[in-house]
Amino acid sequence: MIDTKETVTPVIGLEIHVELATATKLFCRCRNRFGDPPNTNVCPICIGMPGVLPVMNRKAVEYSMKVALALGCQVAAFTKWDRKNYYYPDLPKNYQISQYDLPLSSNGYLEVPLADGSAKKVRILRAHLEEDAGKNVHDKPGFTGVDLNRVGVPLLEVVSEPDMNSVEEVMGYARAMQRLVRWLGASEANMQMGHMRFEPNINLHIARGGVTYKTPIVEVKNLNSFRALERTVEYEIARQYAQWEADPDGYSMGKLQKQNRGYDDATQQTVFQRAKEEAHDYRYFPEPDLHPVVVDDEWRDEVAATIGELPLARRARYMETYELSFKHADALTQDAPTGDLLDEAVKGGAEPKRCVNLLLGRAAALANERNCTIAQIGITAGGLAELTKMLSAGDVNATASGKILEKMIAADDSPRQIAQAQGLLVVRDAGQIEVWVDEAIAANPQAAQDARAGGKKQKRAFGFLMGQVMQKSKGAADPARVKQLLQQKLGP
Amino acid sequence: MPQIPTLTAVQLAEAIASGQTSALEATQAYLAAIEKLEPQIAAFNQVLADRAVQHAKNIDAKRQSHQHLPPLAGVPVAIKDNMCTSYGHTTCSSKMLANFRSPYTTTAVAKLEAAGAVVLGKTNLDEFAMGSSTENSAFAATHNPWDTDRVPGGSSGGSAAAVAARECAAALGSDTGGSIRQPAAMCGVVGLKPTYGRVSRYGLVAYGSSLDQIGPLARDVPDAALLTQVIAGHDARDSTSVPRPVPDYTAQLDEPIEGLRIGLPKEFYSEALDEQIDDAIHKAADAYKSAGAQIVEVTLPHSRIDTDEAGQLSSYAVACYYIVAMAEAASNLARYDGVHFGHRTDEPVGDIIELYSKTRSEGFGEEIKRRIMLGTFTLSSGYYDAYYNKALKVRRLIANDFTEAFKTCDVLLCPVAPTTAFKLGEKTDDPLTMYLADIYTISVNLAGVPSLSLPAALSKDNLPIGMQIVGPLFSESTLFRAGRMYEKVSNVARLTPALAAC
Repeated sequence: MIDTKETVTPVIGLEIHVELATATKLFCRCRNRFGDPPNTNVCPICIGMPGVLPVMNRKAVEYSMKVALALGCQVAAFTKWDRKNYYYPDLPKNYQISQYDLPLSSNGYLEVPLADGSAKKVRILRAHLEEDAGKNVHDKPGFTGVDLNRVGVPLLEVVSEPDMNSVEEVMGYARAMQRLVRWLGASEANMQMGHMRFEPNINLHIARGGVTYKTPIVEVKNLNSFRALERTVEYEIARQYAQWEADPDGYSMGKLQKQNRGYDDATQQTVFQRAKEEAHDYRYFPEPDLHPVVVDDEWRDEVAATIGELPLARRARYMETYELSFKHADALTQDAPTGDLLDEAVKGGAEPKRCVNLLLGRAAALANERNCTIAQIGITAGGLAELTKMLSAGDVNATASGKILEKMIAADDSPRQIAQAQGLLVVRDAGQIEVWVDEAIAANPQAAQDARAGGKKQKRAFGFLMGQVMQKSKGAADPARVKQLLQQKLGP
Repeated sequence: MPQIPTLTAVQLAEAIASGQTSALEATQAYLAAIEKLEPQIAAFNQVLADRAVQHAKNIDAKRQSHQHLPPLAGVPVAIKDNMCTSYGHTTCSSKMLANFRSPYTTTAVAKLEAAGAVVLGKTNLDEFAMGSSTENSAFAATHNPWDTDRVPGGSSGGSAAAVAARECAAALGSDTGGSIRQPAAMCGVVGLKPTYGRVSRYGLVAYGSSLDQIGPLARDVPDAALLTQVIAGHDARDSTSVPRPVPDYTAQLDEPIEGLRIGLPKEFYSEALDEQIDDAIHKAADAYKSAGAQIVEVTLPHSRIDTDEAGQLSSYAVACYYIVAMAEAASNLARYDGVHFGHRTDEPVGDIIELYSKTRSEGFGEEIKRRIMLGTFTLSSGYYDAYYNKALKVRRLIANDFTEAFKTCDVLLCPVAPTTAFKLGEKTDDPLTMYLADIYTISVNLAGVPSLSLPAALSKDNLPIGMQIVGPLFSESTLFRAGRMYEKVSNVARLTPALAAC
């Protein structure tokens, strides 16, 4: 009889490599920037010429500390650099300066919001700092180019415990990490620019018939998109299950070594790379060219003071204080400056909900067009507050507010100045509205007649005339006043 | 006006500043000496005559327009060819870098040039500074000016021989396990291994990064002090250089130190030491005693030298040194792979591993390969604790011994090498014996302390015998003054080999 109580639990840990947004590289003063022509952001130090020495970029350590503290990690009072030795053309020294046994930070956690509204706590084993490698470029057949612009860019490697048990949790964790490092300004975390790379390790714990089977752990290297991460985890769960099912006793952790697999974007499958016994011996040893880093309380506190409110706390506050929905609160806490804009505008007297409608309406649409965050479209909190107040006071209507917001990006003028210049202020002047009403009635005698006549055509004709008047006012007439005047003129 | 090559750097700088001679005359005199002596000595890998002449002319022009002259204005010097210069080649005496040109100049060399020194050329060394005889050069062996059948010591043998032969007024060398002090002793010149961190390493092609220091090789102590004065100091490009003010090493140099306590480490005066050297250093100690110094016996237990029944020497310090230095070297030399710069194999290769392997097999000499293999082995998984980690502990114990010793004395007086200069080819087949040439010098590098090597006497067969004065961290001022005391009471200052006599 088949045991129907079989349970399959994926056990997943994730290493996330985050390129830090420092102006310069980790051990030299070359520019840290993506997209420049190959080998232009290089110097004798980062390309490992004979005789050069590394000098630590303090800012990179501070960004790392900031992320570590935000993850609730312990920041080590004493941390050191080590050399990780391996040969590869994109690593010109043939060793990477990294951190081995005394990482910058350890033992933290990240809360991952799940779709059902609950949160999963994923523990962080350690987060350490290292220098990135360059890139091998295969753009000419028969040749491999080496671009060393990226070599020496500070890279924070955040290693989680194997606490995730589903694709959703993995994706939630990865996205939460992206949001956090962006929030802290530690990284742009732009996937297209390779600012974040994932290395999941995955196996399955399968309980069947009172026995728990564990499949061998698979580590998948160098995934550079959320999609690749998702597909990899999905594929590995399915592949490992199928392989286990074919041979429940053979395909097990005790009998097979941990293996490395790579993800093939074309087939969306993982492929075997090497077993652990073939793994590199990195021959780590302390980097003699750099002093250990001593982090005293004063330095740590200084960095901690720059962290401020974290995204999940802010989201909860928005739901509580501004009475926003989860969806709206979440959308406004994807990055810190957008929420800052809202908070500032509210402080300036804006009514929160109307302000949020502006931000998540026209502002979000503009941000989407420009492929940037809402804060990056370039409106000020003062302008936003004023526009919100104008809406609340009925000085502008919703349609006009969108147009004004768009103009605020390009101009230094205040929303009121823009509204005036564009004729977008609500017109309450009864004389002017009466002129438009009379014109509309005179130009549309049939409609006027239908409206006066009553019956089934009356409502439609009245609405048509309303529209004609609003059109003449370019949307600026106070609709209540128009309705009132039309009723007077067409009334019995 | 005496002949230019007989002047010390200090004297020559004064003669140029006062107009008795010019930078150009000085440079030409040394270029002539090089031309005459190089066929016998082979101290230089490359002579940069045109550049030196041009530089000298610039200095003379400066003097003629009464501009302030820096302390070494017009003094011709030589640079060990493991210091990068943006001019000429930087070869490390290796086939791997035979055609290598550096895009930048070593901080210490730049400081020397900023002080007015004229760089005559780059001197020979044991490949990548690994060796004790300058026979491990990929290009040529350098000969000792005192006896051209003998080695000049190493690895800064080119610089030491050039100074001894009066092919330059002074030179820079580098010392990882004795590479300044041992050739200085064998060539009869003065050499300083500064405190680790006193001189920037930026631009020095790394061998053992935690041990390497650049230092001067000079005719006498005042020259060594002046050169050290110029090259010392913090460098933002070297995190391990120390941000500590540089004292005036030349001040009070001629004043004897009152009540100087000199420690003789008993472990160093054993049967392993050549009798003549033992005798010469004890005579030097007697001379110090006559000058008012106090001689005390001290102990450096972890630097002791053991002799087994077969007469084979061994020492914790040597074992520790070769583990630490080779581990660092294996990593430091990994970059020479034929991908980015330096030698690349002309052989057809199937893949990148073959490119690495053929390039490195062809580009490196035997000694380099031996040390890379040893260093790779000791860092390997499963061996790290037994070798590297243990070596770090031993290193700490060796350093502690020095700290203890300096509680009862101001400086230590020690041998530099177990023998005087040996014959070319004598030890090349026996790397272990060659390693023992450093038996008295490497503890100093492991402890990071400074040491001044200076001539003690001449042996019966007219070869220089050196001694070293070792002090606590940053005690260079004391070492110079103590060294100068001996120069004044002995007849060995500015020893000149017959071959170099003008």
